[in-house]
Amino acid sequence: MNNLVQVQNVSKSFGEVNAVKGVSLEIDQGKFFSLLGPSGCGKTTLLRLIAGFEIPNSGKILIDNKSMDGVEPNLRPTNMVFQNYAIFPHLNVEQNVSYGLRKKNLSKAEKDEMISQVLELVGLTGLNQRSANALSGGQKQRVALARALILKPKVLLLDEPLSALDKKLREQMQLELRHLQRAVGITFILVTHDQEEALTMSDKVAVMFDGEVEQVDSPRKLYERPASQRVASFIGDMNFINEKALETKDGLKVKSKILGDIFIPKNQVSGKLSNNKIIIGIRPEMISIITKNSDSKGLISGKITDISYFGVTTYYKIECGSNAKALSVSAQNSFGQMDYKIGETVKLKMDVNSLVGFLD
Amino acid sequence: MTRSSKYLKFFAFTYLIFLYAPALLLPIFSFNSSQIIAFPLTGFTFHWFETLLHQSTLHEALRNSLIVAVSSSVLATILGILASRSATRYDFTGKQISLTFILAPLVLPEIIVGVALLIVLMQLGLSLNLWSVVLGHTLLIMPFSILIMNSAFNNLDISLEEASMDLGENQFGTFYRIILPLVFPGIMASLLIGFTLSLDEFIIAFFLTGTDTTLPVYIWAQFRFPKKLPTTMALGTLLLVTSFILLSLSEYFRRRAVNSRSSVL
Amino acid sequence: MIFAIRTETKKGWRLLSIPFIFSLLLLAAPLTMMFLLSFWTQDYLVLDKTFTLNNYIEAATQPVYQLLFQRSLIISLTVTFFTVLLAYPMAYFISFHGGERKALWLFLITIPFWTSYLLRMFLWKVILGYNGVFNSLLLWLEMITEPVTFILYNANAVVIALTHGWAPFAILPIFVSLEKIDRSLLEASRDLGDGPFHQFFRVILPLSAPGVVGAALIIFIPTVGDYITPKLVGGTDGLMIANMIQVQFSKANNAPLAAALSASSLMIVAFISIVFVLFNKKYLRRY
Repeated sequence: MNNLVQVQNVSKSFGEVNAVKGVSLEIDQGKFFSLLGPSGCGKTTLLRLIAGFEIPNSGKILIDNKSMDGVEPNLRPTNMVFQNYAIFPHLNVEQNVSYGLRKKNLSKAEKDEMISQVLELVGLTGLNQRSANALSGGQKQRVALARALILKPKVLLLDEPLSALDKKLREQMQLELRHLQRAVGITFILVTHDQEEALTMSDKVAVMFDGEVEQVDSPRKLYERPASQRVASFIGDMNFINEKALETKDGLKVKSKILGDIFIPKNQVSGKLSNNKIIIGIRPEMISIITKNSDSKGLISGKITDISYFGVTTYYKIECGSNAKALSVSAQNSFGQMDYKIGETVKLKMDVNSLVGFLD
Repeated sequence: MTRSSKYLKFFAFTYLIFLYAPALLLPIFSFNSSQIIAFPLTGFTFHWFETLLHQSTLHEALRNSLIVAVSSSVLATILGILASRSATRYDFTGKQISLTFILAPLVLPEIIVGVALLIVLMQLGLSLNLWSVVLGHTLLIMPFSILIMNSAFNNLDISLEEASMDLGENQFGTFYRIILPLVFPGIMASLLIGFTLSLDEFIIAFFLTGTDTTLPVYIWAQFRFPKKLPTTMALGTLLLVTSFILLSLSEYFRRRAVNSRSSVL
Repeated sequence: MIFAIRTETKKGWRLLSIPFIFSLLLLAAPLTMMFLLSFWTQDYLVLDKTFTLNNYIEAATQPVYQLLFQRSLIISLTVTFFTVLLAYPMAYFISFHGGERKALWLFLITIPFWTSYLLRMFLWKVILGYNGVFNSLLLWLEMITEPVTFILYNANAVVIALTHGWAPFAILPIFVSLEKIDRSLLEASRDLGDGPFHQFFRVILPLSAPGVVGAALIIFIPTVGDYITPKLVGGTDGLMIANMIQVQFSKANNAPLAAALSASSLMIVAFISIVFVLFNKKYLRRY
């Protein structure tokens, strides 16, 4: 069995609020797993249910095939890195790190060895006696990690651990966390609302909305084959175009005013066809501006209505035909890239293989 | 500085003089050699402090007051810890109303509390002694303990307790290793304030004390003898100094309790 | 969910029950007993437990009790008014002009109140007396030729002493409510055309009203029942209801009447406080 953590149809409500609604998940041993979603989607509650700080109203949680029903947080094989780190303010670094070792029968020498190992692992060597109040945000984060890792939990739970750090440090810690996870081989479950963070760090991501899991996939699949419009627009940007479709044996045929005649294979479509309605999604970077005023055949023609400059990329709003909604198109500002102005008419080409279809 | 703020500053200093006037008289006249408390001052003396050393009834009253103050501040602090732990950690029906009730002695006129307690003790046929004063004082001090402990517990981030449980500690271990050390300054502040309040409290002691008088009741009795005024002033000076030291200490602990809160960054 | 609610309530009450029961036994029970007793009568040491309203009728109709209730209320309301009036500018000064030294100012204000209440009130007797500090000082400075007498052993003396004694209880809550005012609101009011005068009455005062109302109640309720101050500096013209309650209890041996007087004061105070709060209700909303 590879499923270390099994969440089976778990629900949790607080008063009138249903925070988690019948969620089922399987999390593999040794993987970096993320729970991603907007604030209030129930991801933190789900993490706290796994840690044992909340008790589910219904459903079951198994860790290493053992039911966690009635198991107190202190007896679970999980450890947590709290959002505010929860570093004990009256204890120094070493006392914080060794906090959980009290119950383990270890000699002083063994403890010291473990402490110095784990401090080295998180890059805090030599700070044993530093008082908790004298630590920077990044250092607190490392102490919180060390304190949990020293107990060699089966699962390490991380509740938005990077949200309190500034951008530079956050990006550095993302890489470090990823390396750390590979080095220790412990299963990490990370809660985050930052899609970029989830994509860069995780082996697998569960996207949650309104207490439900909408999609569980690898970062790449999540981005390229989002299962719903909500997932697609939460992770990156996507253009949505309403069209009519006809079902064929292995996909859908669409006669689009904007895109022309196209075919979308079944594995790029989610949902079931009704009333022939389809919403076609395409990422801005999958459309490219080919030429100025060219009249090459097979290309879509449109007029630039807005330009936003982002340094590495430039975003264009382009109106195609009489269709009301303008397309977002992004272009890398790389060497040789043409410069366009508002009001110009341009020709567009898109990668048909990257199209996704959403049915009702 | 604008004109209006100059007026304000002038007012503030004048008001401060009004606030200090009575308390400043205590040290001035306790070292003044004249038996009459009036200006001009006549000379410097330690005599009034020396006479304090030879009054056995005073020593008796002091001993009684210490017993009462220690017992009631400890009792009130224990009850205060229970109440504020419950109030800050749990949310439940009936919490607000029962807490309001427990805090009521803060605003109730003391005479009414005293009368009501005296009636019950009399109806039950219990004799009045130091322990009835201890109970009365505990009732009065408990609200202060609760308010102090509330701020101590409120500064205690719940995730610290969760972190402790998460790292394998049980409830008792978490209480002993995390909660107690972190609210300890609050406990000290509560004990010191409770002790000071009890040491200075008159009405309840006046109503509930039997033959064993406490210090304020003793002082009250001294007021009738004009000759003993300077000695009483000397005693008051000592009490002022004691209160000052105790409350400065409690302020120190209270601030430590506030500063020990765990901050995110 | 029901399970979760039950454990919260259970854990909460398990801790709260002990102090709560203590308060029930030492506050609720005695107050109930006091109310019961106020409907009984006492003849020397014999207690007659037949229900009667005679004590209340006596308390309401006898001129001496009427006078004492009236005087207690007037003194207490006057004290409340002056204490808040003096405390407000002080609190305002500390909050808006205290700068770095706010904590020091608050500390300075509380120090003189670290003497016992009893001693402080006694000191006012020493200050205001015929041969007292105030008169002797003025005589010594030759500002008067005869000691002034209108300041001791009357209601004025009680008002002065209480206005002093309760000052920090007014300054602190008003200071807290002033501190809570978002300073950008003040800038907004100036930006929208208010001068200092209008800014104060349209923004600062209404926003600090909770502190003022709190301060007024904290002072009004206990001072109505003050025993020490009128006894020490009030003479016969400054005696208040608490002194009568004590006399009825001890010397007159009429505990039921004392209970009825206590219960009446409690009800009058509660009534006035509630009316006062309702009257100021629109200012007490949480912003």
